Amino acid sequence: MRKCRRCTKPATLHITEIRDGEVQALHLCESCAQDYLSNVDVGETVDEEDVAFGTQADEDVDEVFEGADDLKCENCGITFKQFRSQGRLGCPNDYIVFRERLLPLLESIHGETQHVGKCPQHTPDASRKQYELIRLRNDLRSAVESESYEDAARLRDEIQALENQLGIESGEE
Amino acid sequence: MDLETLTVTSGEWLRGTGPDSDIVVSSRIRLARNLAQFPFPPQADDGTRMEIEQVLRRRVESLSCTGRLGYISVDSLDQLDRQFLVERQLISREHAETHGPRGVGIGSEENVSLMINEEDHLRIQVLRSGYSLDECWNDINRIDDALEEHVTYAFSEEFGYLTSCPTNCGTGIRASVMLHLPALVLTKEIQKVFQALQKISLAVRGLYGEGSQAMGDFYQISNQVTLGQSEDQIISKLKEVVPNIIAYERRVRKALVKENRQRLHDQVSRAFGILQSAQTITSEETMHLLSSVRMGINLGLVEGIEIPTVNELFIHTQPAHLQKLRHEMLESAERNVARAAYLRQRLARQEPHEN
Ligand SMILES: [Zn+2]
Ligand SMILES: [Zn+2]
Repeated sequence: MRKCRRCTKPATLHITEIRDGEVQALHLCESCAQDYLSNVDVGETVDEEDVAFGTQADEDVDEVFEGADDLKCENCGITFKQFRSQGRLGCPNDYIVFRERLLPLLESIHGETQHVGKCPQHTPDASRKQYELIRLRNDLRSAVESESYEDAARLRDEIQALENQLGIESGEE
Repeated sequence: MDLETLTVTSGEWLRGTGPDSDIVVSSRIRLARNLAQFPFPPQADDGTRMEIEQVLRRRVESLSCTGRLGYISVDSLDQLDRQFLVERQLISREHAETHGPRGVGIGSEENVSLMINEEDHLRIQVLRSGYSLDECWNDINRIDDALEEHVTYAFSEEFGYLTSCPTNCGTGIRASVMLHLPALVLTKEIQKVFQALQKISLAVRGLYGEGSQAMGDFYQISNQVTLGQSEDQIISKLKEVVPNIIAYERRVRKALVKENRQRLHDQVSRAFGILQSAQTITSEETMHLLSSVRMGINLGLVEGIEIPTVNELFIHTQPAHLQKLRHEMLESAERNVARAAYLRQRLARQEPHEN
């Protein structure tokens, strides 16, 4: 998800400029893109760093995540704040650790949060357990939502046990 | 793999054939994949990146479904050679510019490239001439399956293939077509195309030169969403839209020829003339003129030059290519002279013999 280079809207047009061999990417929303196309500024420099996640124009999202920035993946050491500033996750485990915070982000990028495409044919045991963990957490959420507290308590124990097995520090709470 | 031999050849995808190749230059699909047991490349130190490269290089080199792949260690290339591979569309600009152990496996036809340690551990790319998304998908799916027999991809049932940037997770697929749309640009109808594409969340990337909007005759249209839709659905969405754009461009071209044949004929003939005779020329102007000539060929207004030549000139007149062809480093002004000389040589006019 990139923000428009010139305003705060999501960028939908990605222009690659070539200036005698120097290639630069420019990310613009629709209205800024039209403006750009009708009068191309000569010599405007684009600083790619400015458009990374969270460095500018992300105030709305910042509010949502306030106070959660020091959440950290024990596997690769990246914090959620770091992710927000560099726009890149550190390792596959981050999808588990930062799950709750990634969901709204994924929703805004893709409009969906559940994979429906191709799956690897060979899935290792450890990943299977991780999917199970993901599923259990989903179940837990709906159990809490539907106020089935007995189920919720059981699911919480199962999650705890599986987390211990996988050596994952609980990312929640 | 030898970069020098690449210099004088050109990729299969430039041959200018294939379905709808008057308007669709090329089709491309890439897949982002990561190994489960390593941090993503941006977060990996050089030692780890080297391990990742070793694991994947072995897999890439033993692939049998692609024909023999040549492997190039990008880290050990100089700036010019990296730029050359970018111009050739075999590696991304990011791959050229990042640091640390990384490489690329390249098919002999240049239809396949596998980047190791780009933003993700593995970026598989399949490129074809003309409008051939299904063929791209078949090829890349087979490569993906073959690799997956020996490595464990980072994957979750919820988020699919896990990628360094959340914009790619799920299928990890980016399917795109490169369209040549000079008539829509000329008539400013292209704005309507942008608006329509945006509504269905397809991304448009233009290829622009400095200081002139008329340079933007090439547009790459690709999917933005990678999660929550299957590969088939994603490709189908492109396939619903692209034929409409092709038809739109053809319609406008036809109208242009009908209403203004003489002016159009003049424009493309002049473009060809300048390319054949200029003594110094920038890459922007070259691109602009080649675009005119390309349309002229398709409309039967230019003779003595074929689409594959034009496609090849687009690539071979770029800075790194020019310098590789000349075996020397050239300043910008020198490149403009060298570019003009190269164009004159490739487009040599059949001068009437003097008596
Ligand atoms: Zn904007
Ligand atoms: Zn991590």
